[in-house]
Amino acid sequence: MKTNGADDKTYLGIPLYRPRVAFFEFTSCEGCQLQILNNEGTLLDFLSLVEVVAFREAMTEKSDDYEIAFIEGSITRDDEVERLKKIRKKAKVLVALGSCACFGGVNQLKNRFHDLIAVNKMVYGEHPVNSGLVRPLCDIVKVDMQIFGCPVKKEEVEKIVINLALGKSIVLPKYPVCMECKANENICLFEQGEPCLGPITRAGCDSWCPNNKAGCWGCRGPADDANVEQMKKVMKDLGFSDETIMDRLECFGGFQTDEKNGQR
Amino acid sequence: MLFKTFAKEELKILFEIIAAHNRVVGPVEKARDRNNKPIYAFEDVHEFHDIQLNYTTTKLPAKRFFLPFKEDLSTFKIEDDKWQKSIDYNIDRPVVFWGLHACDINALNKLDKVLLHSVYPMPYYAAKRKNMFIIGIDCEPQPFCFCRSMGADTALHGFDLFITDLGEKYFVEILTDTAFNFLRELKTADALEEDHILYMKKVDEKKKQFTARIDTTDLTKILDMEFQSEVWHQWGDKCLSCGSCSNVCPTCYCYGVEETVNIDLKGARKTKMLYSCNVIDFAEVAGGHNFRPLRHNRLKYRYYHKHRGFVEAFEESLCVGCGRCGETCLAGITVSEVIASVKTGSKE
Ligand code: SF4
Ligand code: SF4
Ligand code: SF4
Ligand code: SF4
Ligand code: SF4
Repeated sequence: MKTNGADDKTYLGIPLYRPRVAFFEFTSCEGCQLQILNNEGTLLDFLSLVEVVAFREAMTEKSDDYEIAFIEGSITRDDEVERLKKIRKKAKVLVALGSCACFGGVNQLKNRFHDLIAVNKMVYGEHPVNSGLVRPLCDIVKVDMQIFGCPVKKEEVEKIVINLALGKSIVLPKYPVCMECKANENICLFEQGEPCLGPITRAGCDSWCPNNKAGCWGCRGPADDANVEQMKKVMKDLGFSDETIMDRLECFGGFQTDEKNGQR
Repeated sequence: MLFKTFAKEELKILFEIIAAHNRVVGPVEKARDRNNKPIYAFEDVHEFHDIQLNYTTTKLPAKRFFLPFKEDLSTFKIEDDKWQKSIDYNIDRPVVFWGLHACDINALNKLDKVLLHSVYPMPYYAAKRKNMFIIGIDCEPQPFCFCRSMGADTALHGFDLFITDLGEKYFVEILTDTAFNFLRELKTADALEEDHILYMKKVDEKKKQFTARIDTTDLTKILDMEFQSEVWHQWGDKCLSCGSCSNVCPTCYCYGVEETVNIDLKGARKTKMLYSCNVIDFAEVAGGHNFRPLRHNRLKYRYYHKHRGFVEAFEESLCVGCGRCGETCLAGITVSEVIASVKTGSKE
């Protein structure tokens, strides 16, 4: 999967060190990996910054010799736990790619049910699959870096990989989606009577949903210092039901309450 | 200042003369809110009838045309071990602002003090500011407008032309040669005593319509005395730290700078992004130390910059009382309530 000339790629005349990276997926829709592959315009450049040694969604040959592991998906089975621990041993840097890996993602919604065996039966009927409580990677291994989003934003991943390759520091936005939404000059969804978690959700998606006239569902989890309690109050005062508010807050797992964390 | 009047239908002619060769930005109706009230915005206009002369305050100020939310300060071309920098002030032609209210003109005048007339003027702003033609227009105070308290309900300079609706005709204040020359192509009349009286009457009526106000007497002193006040904690608990108040403020100018390298490694850019002192990492410095990790402190300093620090430096506050920040704030934090609470020592 090497591109021509990639080995002697330089930046400002200095030869580039191309880290060996591997992509893995656990319980997920593989949408985050697809995001990375889906812009043909920059894909070759992307691949020349790193040396991809494993990427099931894009290549057949693979190697176990990698420094950075990008891991998509949440952990739902014992064999996944073992596989993840093995990857952790090999990888110098372990990156949680996407909201499933960071905090369980949509999958963790099933943790709301007390009887997971009954859920399994309801979904899979006569052919039950081995699938238990949904856990984020950080529940099991040390995670060095999180890339949020459901799916991740390709531009953000690219920026991170460029900075990794150049040895620059990687800084994710600490402020909420509203900052991007205002910069994009959107009409605030609350003006039009729609709920939105933009004020408490970490930015970085360039206010993807509000740009398309849909309120934020908080897929990137809380911004630093998010005032979640006040946000609940604001939404309640604006007439949104507890159910509407909780549906949004629980959807991707980023706003898990402490009580829930205790449950895991 | 020169005063003239012209018949109402002349305004369209003026638009056609100006728009024939210039980029015009004016207030348009962008959408309707949930109560079916119009939402106004400053946009490029090509037809006179798209301009909403009777518009009420736009959600976002015209700021993006002179202080864009995002702007490349420089771009770099990289080839082997060489690089070349280019700088573009991001303005290709003058902009005619058609129908700014007094508050928004005064906001520009305040920005000028920092970005134009200071020791280190900002060329990106200056290039745009120097290439503006501004037509001001009178307005009707809204329940959230407190420009009068801030001395910003009337504009004395910072525009080319200011028009006031006198019913049958427009009363025009002319400040620049450019404006004078444009008006030569219209049928105008010198303003007479009776026009002055009508104008003054109109101003008087406007004065009476203000409902929101803040008392700025001794405000810098009071803010100093109330630095430790409990009310800051109360407002801080409410604040979402979303930064929207600064983003919609016509006078906030703070920004952050980010450097990015293109994915092909053949180019790079330095980008400026408007910021807000209410967001978590506003006062975070290299090495990771955050001088204002607490929400109530950030909110407090927003008020201290606007109503204390700026007053000390420029003898006026960095707020024109347009009310946009309070209108946009989902937590319902308004300048008039915050200032009143500091004075009484209680939020309620
Ligand atoms: S639409 Fe959402 S993200 Fe945008 S300003 Fe409103 S609350 Fe913030
Ligand atoms: S707006 Fe919210 S839900 Fe949509 S992509 Fe961004 S963080 Fe996710
Ligand atoms: S808009 Fe309101 S909630 Fe948001 S930062 Fe400003 S004061 Fe706080
Ligand atoms: S602080 Fe608020 S009222 Fe004052 S100029 Fe800014 S947006 Fe307008
Ligand atoms: S310090 Fe805050 S209030 Fe002052 S200009 Fe900057 S963002 Fe606006």
